[in-house]
Amino acid sequence: MNEYSLLLTLLLPLVGAVCLLLGHRSLALQRAGGIVFSSVTFALSLYLVYVVDQAEFVVIQVGDWQAPFGISLVADRFSAIMVAVSSFMGAAVALYALAEIDEARLKKFFFPLYLILLFGVNGAFLTGDLFNLYVWFEIMLIASFVLISMGGEKGELEGGLKYVCLNLLSSVMFLAGAGIIYGKTGTLNMADLAHNLSVAEDVNWVISSSMLLLVSFGLKAGIFPFFFWLPASYHTPPSAVSAVFAGLLTKVGVYALFRSYTLMFVPIFPEVQPLILVLAILTMVTGVFGAASHFDMRRILSFHIVSQIGYMILGLAFMTPLALAAAIFYLVHHIIVKTNLFLVSGVVIRLKGSCDLAKVGGLCRSAPWLAFLFFIPAFSLGGIPPLSGFWAKFALVKSGIEIESWWSVAAALLVGVLTLYSMTKIWGEAFWKQQPEGVGAGPLPNPVGRLSYMVAPIAVLAISTVAIGLFGEPLFNYAERAAAQLLSPHEYISAVLQPNTEVLP
Amino acid sequence: MESLIAVLVGVLFAAGTYCLMRRSIVKLVIGVVLISQGANLLVFTTGGLLAGRPALVPPDGVAPPAPFGDPLPQAMVLTAIVIGFGLTAFLLALVTRAHEAVGDDDINAFNNTDT
Repeated sequence: MNEYSLLLTLLLPLVGAVCLLLGHRSLALQRAGGIVFSSVTFALSLYLVYVVDQAEFVVIQVGDWQAPFGISLVADRFSAIMVAVSSFMGAAVALYALAEIDEARLKKFFFPLYLILLFGVNGAFLTGDLFNLYVWFEIMLIASFVLISMGGEKGELEGGLKYVCLNLLSSVMFLAGAGIIYGKTGTLNMADLAHNLSVAEDVNWVISSSMLLLVSFGLKAGIFPFFFWLPASYHTPPSAVSAVFAGLLTKVGVYALFRSYTLMFVPIFPEVQPLILVLAILTMVTGVFGAASHFDMRRILSFHIVSQIGYMILGLAFMTPLALAAAIFYLVHHIIVKTNLFLVSGVVIRLKGSCDLAKVGGLCRSAPWLAFLFFIPAFSLGGIPPLSGFWAKFALVKSGIEIESWWSVAAALLVGVLTLYSMTKIWGEAFWKQQPEGVGAGPLPNPVGRLSYMVAPIAVLAISTVAIGLFGEPLFNYAERAAAQLLSPHEYISAVLQPNTEVLP
Repeated sequence: MESLIAVLVGVLFAAGTYCLMRRSIVKLVIGVVLISQGANLLVFTTGGLLAGRPALVPPDGVAPPAPFGDPLPQAMVLTAIVIGFGLTAFLLALVTRAHEAVGDDDINAFNNTDT
């Protein structure tokens, strides 16, 4: 029974995509289908979280080929919560897309591609096989390539080209790394790999291939120094698309880093830890300075993705139970908040025709509800209590103090202050100051759908941010249990490799 | 044989990187293709190149002495080639459209979305 919840959660977006492709003539069907399938996936993923929390692990051996020979699908607490949050974003942004995605894009199969993107993201979270992870990445990338460039405008094509090239390069690195690991160990099943490496006498030979994977996942996650494609492309597509990219795609890279360094590469982690720590600090700092130098709302937000990724990687680098729990909590908080901020920027574009801070203003007076809805995620991102970001940062900094990593604590606090500076900049320019004379473009001439479709998901996400902040304890306890699972990889290994399977020579 | 292919993989990666560093977007595509072929060949070689070592033996056949051939890297490479083929086709279409929109094939002209 538990297996079905995993399979259904994984496959429903694919079923949805196929149904919508069959019914491609009716735009109403596309819209309705996009919302229905993504919301049902969200409901199923919540059930999966419940099931996994009870059963610790849900494992499916695809085609009944026993691990390590077949492909295993594995849900532990960490992957289940990631699937749930990303499906939540999927449902929220699908509703938002009603008001922003025009007919031309709908006719170019926006919603089927969107569902395939969710399919790929969920698959990447749930697979337990390294090469299969590569395939899920590709599914996700192909859908995202089309979504980012489907409008055919100059900016979209240009940003899309940068996005496509860098991500292809990262896939190549991944393929090379996975191939070398296979050549050395003869297995691709993550649990089996972890088992082989944990009993091997000398593991330093895996450092080279783990570095290839680090570069590949780092490129996808947007960590320093591989992040340049991200702020160059995320601000070009419609806000619904950049919101779902900002919320989900980089987090898949973060997830893959977590999975590989808490499971497969545990034996070599002490050697890699200083590198990851330095990369995390540099990611935080460069991201936030990049944001400070910009004056366009979506570009600022893109750079903040980079700096916030640094916090999560920092949690990985600390590798204590509290730090990992904080990082998981941070991931959940960040996905919700960042998606929400991009959605808000889409409303600003709709009301003012631009999100260049020099051209907009006076929103606090003309749309006070929007100012309120921006205020919540923005100051949650900056880490103001009692919003969710405060607890995430608090737990992370506390874990840093516990292991006396003063430099990283100092960097985390400094970056928090600078994040707040960027958010106040957007607040002061877009919302507080008067509308500048003669430069505003005015509202968009032909909005696609009703404004309430845009506001509803923003409000729901803002409410969940506040709720996580005020009543975050169950979620944090869950994150602690997930972190405990991550820190005892032998449980994962024995759950995937059933004890009675003998590896034949 | 392996060392020869290892050199070839190195050459492919080097040539691909060189093409990526050039300023023309067509060479960008060529670079991506070369590098991905290099990676495919790398994965192919990691299984070990064994001539005359069948991976599958019919039930009534005689199993050859070890080492056995490994079919998995070839299956992986096949998957990677198919994916790479699709992505290259998409990349070509994208480059064509981007070239039309920007009107230049110099990478330096593609700086409107930069930071």
